[in-house]
Amino acid sequence: MSTATETIEGLVKQEYKYGFVTDVETESAPPGLNEDTIRLISAKKKEPEWLTEYRLKAYRHWLTLKEPTWQFVKYPPVDFQDITYYVAPKQKTDGPKSLDEVDPKLLETYEKLGIPLRERERLAGVAVDAVFDSVSVGTTYRDQLAAKGIIFCSFSEAVQEHPDLVKKYLGMVVPYTDNYYAALNAAVFSDGSFCYIPKGVRCPMELSTYFRINAAKSGQFERTLIVADEGSYVSYLEGCTAPMRDENQLHAAVVELIAMDNAEIKYSTVQNWYPGDEQGRGGIYNFVTKRGLCKGRKSKISWTQVETGSAITWKYPSCILQGDDSVGEFYSVAVVNNMQQADTGTKMVHIGKNTRSTIVSKGISAGKGQNSYRGLVKIQKSATNARNFSQCDSMLIGNRCGAHTFPYIEVKNTSSSVEHEATTSKIGEDQIFYCNQRGLSTQDAVNMIVNGFCKEVFKELPMEFAVEAQKLLGVSLEGSVG
Amino acid sequence: MSNSILEIKNLSAGVEGKQILKGVSLTINPGEVHAVMGPNGSGKSTLAAVLAGREGYDITGGEVIYNGKDLLDLDPEERAREGLFLAFQYPVEIPGVNSTYFLKAALNEVRKHKGLPELDAIEFLNLVKDKMKLLELKDDLLKRSVNEGFSGGEKKRAEIFQMAVLEPKLAILDETDSGLDIDALKIVSEGVNKLKRADNAQLVITHYQRLLNYIVPDFVHVLVDGRIVKTGDKKLALELESKGYDWILKGQAVPA
Ligand SMILES: Nc1ncnc2c1ncn2[C@@H]1O[C@H](COP(=O)(O)OP(=O)(O)OP(=O)(O)O)[C@@H](O)[C@H]1O
Ligand SMILES: [Mg+2]
Repeated sequence: MSTATETIEGLVKQEYKYGFVTDVETESAPPGLNEDTIRLISAKKKEPEWLTEYRLKAYRHWLTLKEPTWQFVKYPPVDFQDITYYVAPKQKTDGPKSLDEVDPKLLETYEKLGIPLRERERLAGVAVDAVFDSVSVGTTYRDQLAAKGIIFCSFSEAVQEHPDLVKKYLGMVVPYTDNYYAALNAAVFSDGSFCYIPKGVRCPMELSTYFRINAAKSGQFERTLIVADEGSYVSYLEGCTAPMRDENQLHAAVVELIAMDNAEIKYSTVQNWYPGDEQGRGGIYNFVTKRGLCKGRKSKISWTQVETGSAITWKYPSCILQGDDSVGEFYSVAVVNNMQQADTGTKMVHIGKNTRSTIVSKGISAGKGQNSYRGLVKIQKSATNARNFSQCDSMLIGNRCGAHTFPYIEVKNTSSSVEHEATTSKIGEDQIFYCNQRGLSTQDAVNMIVNGFCKEVFKELPMEFAVEAQKLLGVSLEGSVG
Repeated sequence: MSNSILEIKNLSAGVEGKQILKGVSLTINPGEVHAVMGPNGSGKSTLAAVLAGREGYDITGGEVIYNGKDLLDLDPEERAREGLFLAFQYPVEIPGVNSTYFLKAALNEVRKHKGLPELDAIEFLNLVKDKMKLLELKDDLLKRSVNEGFSGGEKKRAEIFQMAVLEPKLAILDETDSGLDIDALKIVSEGVNKLKRADNAQLVITHYQRLLNYIVPDFVHVLVDGRIVKTGDKKLALELESKGYDWILKGQAVPA
């Protein structure tokens, strides 16, 4: 029988389930980044002049920036000239008018991923925008949503069909000057989802975008923009996977959310990008800027994320609480195993009066994984009676992983209150033995203990996805305990 | 071959080079209740842990036959599925894991092992209701996380409740009486007695003869420094209570 420490090591015999490659004919830009690349992307998408100019300005700004190094992750420098910035499945017509015209191979890909798009089989109660490499291949339930005045389409279509809305909101929350990867994204973003919920409308179904990176040596730079007008509500879910490859691939997305008076946006992510192998070869670099603006009074933005994939995760879904009485929430489970690294957390910036924010972060580290929580709570002078509560719990599985917490608190208004609680625990042999003694296998015991640890976050996910997330966590940690 | 439930033959075990059990032999037949008593640190919990398959112990000699099988060859979860149950001296808290969910999973492991169909939530709750009455358990405990925030006595009672649901062939109770108030002691003991059948057995570890007024043992073994130094019937427990362990040790220069 092995000793305690050995028992708790040696995870990961599990194959990444979504590691297959779809063999489709593609058209792509030549690798490398310069103004021509950007003009080419813009031309491919038949974009208006102002957008091409926006991209070029962002690119020129990006050239003046340096790659940030403050995050607690290590990786070799990214060669931006070696990346292909635009890859799209070849289309026979000018772009499929309906899902019937989409290449069956692509439809099959999404079926294999558990996201059927065809009318007959599509998921009930969930509208899906499917993004494959640099383009959206289709969006379900568009007509039903349109009947309520809801716009849900790919970003490229939004540029064509709703240019005024796009022009008004693009970059409002995350300007291209925000950071290195936001600037890069603004220059080369290819597709993503656009969503507008009109005044007083409660979106009748979950909206979701499924991102798939397929092509080798490519990067995915999508852009998502969600605007919830006064008194509206929307729940949005994002999922993602990629093939298993030996080299690293870059995913640098920007997500902007805007909530007007009394509007609520619930944004959930189940991130399952390819994490690389046991030795840390391959995997996605997930460098993402996500930010929500609670612009109106009593608006609410809630981020829930379950991060199990990627070689490196680097993201801080944040809330700017501008409207009085607005509410920001961040619920996160981040799992690292093998050689994975995550530096994730949130920023809550309180500007309006009586603004409230809640942060619940659960970090799980196994193998040689390194998991950092980094969070900023900023209470500005104007934010009378602001309240924040943060809770950061870390769980360690085995002896070779690490958990780190970097909380930053800036308070400029004395009527506010900020509370921070943090714990670190180890999955105890005691707990595992107790479960074993009741007939549960060690793997089942670990799943149960970890899911119990994450419960407060899972209960924030839409039902169907909570079940999915629990399974995913099980797979990610498979083998972590012998 | 005997048809005993458990046969421990000259078992020696230790931790990190330290010998704790130094040749323990003990046979338990169906329908029997055995009590193990002994001073603090004599190895009672170690014996229970080794039987249940806890990691970290080196078995340095002897063997254990359970239901005709080599017990030491089985993983802890296999032993549990084969009907070996340990009521822990210190039950473990598992935050965030619902007690009902946990116990249902445990019962279904046993049922799968026996080739029986798994119970769904409704069937399970029906079964649980009866067992709860047996232990007079407050039903809010089952809605809470496993042992989390339970009082000492509630934890012990919950262990026996689990035993009632899982219906083990061999139950090892490690100081189940400690931490229980008088009323709870009565309820728990009565529960244990009702679970006794002609085809199962109980091994009860305790410091106090008081428990043995309720759970009447067929045999009492005295464990001192890793050895069973005396075996008798329930009268031995009374004698121990009045005379202490010194009395045995004096007449016992050579272990039995
Ligand atoms: N993991 C361990 N590492 C080191 N020593 C141990 C370990 N487990 C048990 N021991 C030692 O072995 C001896 C027997 O311990 P055990 O818990 O079996 O005693 P016990 O008879 O159950 O005592 P009590 O009546 O106090 O419950 C003690 O001296 C204890 O300190
Ligand atoms: Mg003990």
